[in-house]
Amino acid sequence: MTWETVIGLEVHVQLSTKSKLFSGSDITFGAEPNTQANIFDLALPGTLPVFNESVLKMAVKFGLAIDAQINKKSVFDRKNYFYPDLPKGYQVSQLDYPTVGPGSLEIKLENGLEKTININRAHIEEDAGKSLHEDYQGMSGIDLNRAGTPLLEIVSEPDLRSAEEAVSYLKKLHTVIRYLDISDAIMAEGSMRCDANISVRKTGETELGTRTEIKNINSFRFVERAINHEARRQIELIEDGSSIAQETRLYDSELDETRPMRSKEIANDYRYFPEPDLLPVIIDDAYIDAVRDELPELPEEKKQRFISQLKLSEYDASVLVANREIADFFEKVAIATKDSKAAANWVSQDMMGLLNKNNCSILETTISVERLSKLILRIKDGTISGKIAKSVFDLMVSDSSNVDAIIKEKGLEQVSDTNVIDRLVDEVIAANPSQVEQYRAGKEQVIGFLVGQCMQRSKGKANPSQVNSLLKEKLS
Amino acid sequence: MALNEKNIKDIAHLARLKIEENEVVESLTDFSSILSMINEMQTVDTENIPPLANPHEQIQRLRKDAVTESNDRDNLLKLAPKTTDGLFLVPKVID
Amino acid sequence: MIEKTVVELASALSTGSVSSVELTRAFIDRITTIDTQLNAYITVDEQEALKQAKEADEARARGAHSPFLGVPIAHKDLFCTQGTKTTCGSKMLQNFVSPYDATVVARLKDSGAVTLGKTNCDEFAMGSSNENSFFGPAYNPWGKNRVPGGSSGGSASAVAADLCAIATGTDTGGSIRQPASFCGVTGLKPTYGRVSRWGMVAYASSLDVGGPLAKTAHDAAVMLNAIAGHDPKDSTSVAVSTEDYTQSLDAPLTNLRIGLPRQYFSQDLDPRVAAIIQETARNLENLGATLVDIDLEKSTLSLPAYYVIAPAEASTNLSRYDGVRYGYRCEDPLDLEDMYTRSRTEGFGNEVKRRIMIGTYALSAGYYDAYYKKAQRIRRLIKQDFSKAFENVDAILSPTSPFTAFELGAKKDPVSMYLEDIYTLGVNLAGIPGISIPAGFINGLPIGAQLVASDFREGLLLNIAHQYQQNSDWHKQKPSMPMGV
Repeated sequence: MTWETVIGLEVHVQLSTKSKLFSGSDITFGAEPNTQANIFDLALPGTLPVFNESVLKMAVKFGLAIDAQINKKSVFDRKNYFYPDLPKGYQVSQLDYPTVGPGSLEIKLENGLEKTININRAHIEEDAGKSLHEDYQGMSGIDLNRAGTPLLEIVSEPDLRSAEEAVSYLKKLHTVIRYLDISDAIMAEGSMRCDANISVRKTGETELGTRTEIKNINSFRFVERAINHEARRQIELIEDGSSIAQETRLYDSELDETRPMRSKEIANDYRYFPEPDLLPVIIDDAYIDAVRDELPELPEEKKQRFISQLKLSEYDASVLVANREIADFFEKVAIATKDSKAAANWVSQDMMGLLNKNNCSILETTISVERLSKLILRIKDGTISGKIAKSVFDLMVSDSSNVDAIIKEKGLEQVSDTNVIDRLVDEVIAANPSQVEQYRAGKEQVIGFLVGQCMQRSKGKANPSQVNSLLKEKLS
Repeated sequence: MALNEKNIKDIAHLARLKIEENEVVESLTDFSSILSMINEMQTVDTENIPPLANPHEQIQRLRKDAVTESNDRDNLLKLAPKTTDGLFLVPKVID
Repeated sequence: MIEKTVVELASALSTGSVSSVELTRAFIDRITTIDTQLNAYITVDEQEALKQAKEADEARARGAHSPFLGVPIAHKDLFCTQGTKTTCGSKMLQNFVSPYDATVVARLKDSGAVTLGKTNCDEFAMGSSNENSFFGPAYNPWGKNRVPGGSSGGSASAVAADLCAIATGTDTGGSIRQPASFCGVTGLKPTYGRVSRWGMVAYASSLDVGGPLAKTAHDAAVMLNAIAGHDPKDSTSVAVSTEDYTQSLDAPLTNLRIGLPRQYFSQDLDPRVAAIIQETARNLENLGATLVDIDLEKSTLSLPAYYVIAPAEASTNLSRYDGVRYGYRCEDPLDLEDMYTRSRTEGFGNEVKRRIMIGTYALSAGYYDAYYKKAQRIRRLIKQDFSKAFENVDAILSPTSPFTAFELGAKKDPVSMYLEDIYTLGVNLAGIPGISIPAGFINGLPIGAQLVASDFREGLLLNIAHQYQQNSDWHKQKPSMPMGV
């Protein structure tokens, strides 16, 4: 019997505003506990919320980027529950009137096909503070710096059918969010968080099975593992004749398992109702159009432009646009070198290799746009060979001095001096009589071997095309 | 919509209030008499009347996105029943 | 001197016939001798008051001028005052000292007012008798063992007994007007959103508004001038421009149409109360107004709609009192649940808990549409009812309360207590302004007349009230204090 996994994701993204959703407190990550929690954030009696305009703009931007319906009226609601990291005893969210209505994202499947994932809505809400579980005199510590940080909760339809699809969707979402620059979207820091609703059913069935909600998944890799683990758990239960309990579970990455959340045992009645301290948010077409005008070029558009304008292959273009900083980096190098093919190769292979190795962003390496461009230009003007350039690149990683200085200091300039090459070619001809014989007998591919010998003798510095033509000249 | 004693206890739990056993009956009586007063509303047809949440039906104003608050932790923590190391302390939180 | 109005005191202070320090000292002496009987104050901050008074005198010596400069006032203990306790009449906030000033408090400070202290009130403004205060009931200076009304009972009692020149109050369902009626003072509930709610501890967010309890309509206008106006810290504060409310006080009442709702003068109304309001109507007619019988057909629905909306909002507004960041925490909680439940159960009084329960129920799954949403639909009907009436009249006259001040403990059943407010609740649901002015006495106890106008027409209400007070002396009557033993 085969099983199908049905997944819907709820992704919380912390919006990178300067101040909180409803107060003027700072939201910079990593501050000392409770130093960014003012009287409103602590829910002192008499304090009131005022809505941050950047949050609205960022939500609308996101909505436009996923071709969603932008609701001209959005209403904040109170979601009531008691928890120490929730100072007001309610979270302000949007229930019936979210700012962003239905939209969609295209994801690429393993087989190369595209699939549309529908997004039900994206609504604005407040983040909670943090409970610190280390032992403080046998108690828990509460840090409310994060309380009131603006979140956009993006709710997908249950359109995903595997952990791989879920990861692909999440990565696409990440790309779009980074392009819009509305969030750092760093899963490890919690600025992008994912809850997964998972159910299983026999292949071919149309009814959805009972779902569980997995919380606290904080990396792309864990999303994949948590979904696979939970789907397996559910299938085993059903095959054993048991049923699935609809519950909230926690993913434990250390044990690679999910377990029920104790704090969510009692079904909560959230008593949603319209937040009377806030009023409906009303926007018009002019507002939406103004935000649309500010939208950056999005990944799909950029990819098409790279293909048509910069003549990249579909593959190269896809690889480069997946990350906004990388795409921007590439494009700058392509402009500086007037060689988009070379820029694409260097960025997608050497640069991305470096980023993977160091696990860092393209803006954090010693290789700037200017330095990589210079390197490519030095290949183009014949100063160094393409092969030597790879060594220069490696040197540049640890040596941040001028590219020309590195080439010069290490004596890596390409040799184009006719006299030097002439001597080199003569030496190689003299040293390889049998190959020379073969060539003269008509075995033309032997020329490759002879060029290689010349390059080797010059430690890669001889200009290969000069060597090639001189060899042919002398052997003819 | 008649209420029973269990309903009263459930509502109290939602509100994190405790009704002592000897108060449940009185509480239920109070509650029921208030509800019967409230239920007078149900005699009115409000079919096509939209709810009115704010008497002036104003719209939300927006605040400029700027940090206007500075750290006042030491003063604010003094208001709390129990703190340490800049944290509010509560009995163990279990996820 | 302490019996004088704000306008009179301001004049005496500006001519130098009295200093703010002298005046403040006189009020503090009065409080010391009288308030043991009234319990109108929860906190009197003598040192702070005298310090502010000294500053006011110094500012005046430097040539400063402002309407409240050096005038001693009191704040209902629902307004946050930096550095002085703000208890809301609750054990929950028994020792809470706010780190900030409410906008109303800040604006009155800016206008030079000296704060004598914080007045008693029903816990979190929930009540109509001031009996629901953790700090004991406040008393009415007009009758031994009589309630001052609520929830702004302490403010009304203090103004009536000359324990301050004027006081702030808050009105969610009648909490300024009803105690004003019971204590024989003038109480103005401004239009919702006219006065900032920042720092005014929330009972029901969509109904609450702050306003003055004063000796005269003129004084109320002076205070409204100081506190009204848009506040960027309160999203629900309206951006409609304010006016100088003292400007229109002297306008004649000719051409004004005043409505008398038939529904309010039914046979259920105490004939003595009805007679007093009819008398008030005739006096206004003599001043040039035209009387018109009108209908407020939905008025009886105010009570149920109010007792859904207000408790619903209150139930979640009061969730923040959880013993974590400030306020009362129970001793030795066993665990987190125990801390929440015991802190809240021990920290809140019975009426607060009752309303939290009603509100929680009204919002809970399966009942939201039948209660909260239904009540909001009825709220619209009530607003429409008033709007329709105001197409035909400028103001509506009614009793403020169906009764005079009752004895402590007289109303044990909550619903009979809620009926106290049947004439005032609709005004809050509609968000419109209302004023209660002294209109007569029954058995030596004052009774107020309520005037109501359409949105933002506080100026008109103050004008009518002032004209009435120029031609009557009910508001000048003083209780004899101290009361006989």
